[in-house]
Amino acid sequence: MSDIMVDIQHLSFSRGDNLIYDGMSMQVRRGKVTAIMGPSGIGKTTLLKLIGGQLKPDNGKILFDGQDIPALSRADLYQARKKMSMLFQSGALFTEMSVFDNVAFPIREHTRLPESLIRTIVLMKLESVGLRGARDLMPAELSGGMARRAALARAIALDPELIMYDEPFAGQDPISMGVIVRLIKELNNALGLTSIVVSHDVTEVMSIADYVYVVAEKKVIGHGTPEQLRQDKSELVQQFLKGEADGAVPFHYRANAYEDDLMESVR
Amino acid sequence: MISDKLQKLGRSTIDNVAGFGRSGLMLFGALVGKPDFRKGFPLFIKQLYVIGVLSLLIIVVSGLFIGMVLALQGYTVLVKFGAEGMLGPLVALSLLRELGPVVTALLFAGRAGSALTAEIGLMKATEQLSGMEMMAVDPLRRIIAPRFWAGVVSMPLLALVFNAVGILGGHLIGVDWLGVDAGSYWSTMQANVDLYQDVLNGVIKSFVFAVIVIWIALHKGYDAIPTSEGISRATTQTVVTASLTVLGFDFILTALMFGG
Repeated sequence: MSDIMVDIQHLSFSRGDNLIYDGMSMQVRRGKVTAIMGPSGIGKTTLLKLIGGQLKPDNGKILFDGQDIPALSRADLYQARKKMSMLFQSGALFTEMSVFDNVAFPIREHTRLPESLIRTIVLMKLESVGLRGARDLMPAELSGGMARRAALARAIALDPELIMYDEPFAGQDPISMGVIVRLIKELNNALGLTSIVVSHDVTEVMSIADYVYVVAEKKVIGHGTPEQLRQDKSELVQQFLKGEADGAVPFHYRANAYEDDLMESVR
Repeated sequence: MISDKLQKLGRSTIDNVAGFGRSGLMLFGALVGKPDFRKGFPLFIKQLYVIGVLSLLIIVVSGLFIGMVLALQGYTVLVKFGAEGMLGPLVALSLLRELGPVVTALLFAGRAGSALTAEIGLMKATEQLSGMEMMAVDPLRRIIAPRFWAGVVSMPLLALVFNAVGILGGHLIGVDWLGVDAGSYWSTMQANVDLYQDVLNGVIKSFVFAVIVIWIALHKGYDAIPTSEGISRATTQTVVTASLTVLGFDFILTALMFGG
């Protein structure tokens, strides 16, 4: 068994004429929390969808547990997906089912376990995210933080090997943020998972990640353990970590010269 | 200027053909493959209830009124020729051959089709479809297929209910109110309605319309741009496109069945 869970090699991806990744490579180690950070709009969610096989790259390999995801047949892809799991930013809970049924959904779909055993598993998963008492609520009755935790319980229902978190901290109050940070770390260690966290919340990510990739301008601009990154010489990495408004990543979206734009109406 | 127009025409043609291709792929992915009855059947039954049973009320009420109006209109013309005894076949043939399948399809597009498009569009917008895919559950098989079959099964049945209620509505007005002889209402109907030519052809029409409406509704939802505006547009498109396609196909089918 190789030490690398996900191995991305020279990945290129474009949407329409817009090149999003240009020959990017990264490795995710088994059993570790790997974070992918970068400014908004650089396609971090896209990267997770590429790993999950929902999008196909233009070029390059995405090896998951040794299998090249884009090259898999439909049936093999669905087999591979049983070993991975993704926590969507919105939670993506099924709105017409209760929390309990949401967590039971993947178990009922992929196993033939008796209902009594399913109940035990679901309650265990809900207990681990602290929502055992909320099992009969509908998703619409949950707060944002609770919805994300319920979705997390569903994501670990079948004990996946890899779990991908899409912006798990976005739009959370400080308390639920703390809860989720703790959960990610604890689940990773207790269940022997491999975690990929995509986020732009620097403090939270630096506190739980074993290894961090900073992505900007279509490729990896810096990587290392949080300690190594803080020492990184790159101006871009430092700007991102410190949250400076202007610097190597410009504040302004690219545009014509300011004077020209303003004078256009006068001419 | 002209080249602009040509470009636009070309673009919209390409978009339309591509959309048609995507809708075909969607249906192919949903229907082709080994069926799993253990999981599929309960889903199918649930959709049969949501799509079929819940549409019953609007179908029954519309059928009743259409039958009543047919009898009223038919009577005023027939009575001039002293032919009010033929009211039965007039009502029955209009319903069985034409109004039953067509009006049911139009109502179905508005009642069930729009709901399906909005439901699936919202599932897409809230990433439920993506989430399902990542849980290794194919949304085409889990979401699209049961709804498709439920629609295809329920619409011909709804059209038959529509016909039956319409004929009773015609009886209510023609016989009970306007005084046509009940015996001649039923006996002329029996003599003039052919099981294959009229009833079966109507069911075939209805079946074709069912495939059209449900396919368009599912595709528009599945292909919707996942924003509130995109879903509202997709819902409108479902009703408009499905209705027009049904009317177009009705002409073709009528010409084939009764034209020669």
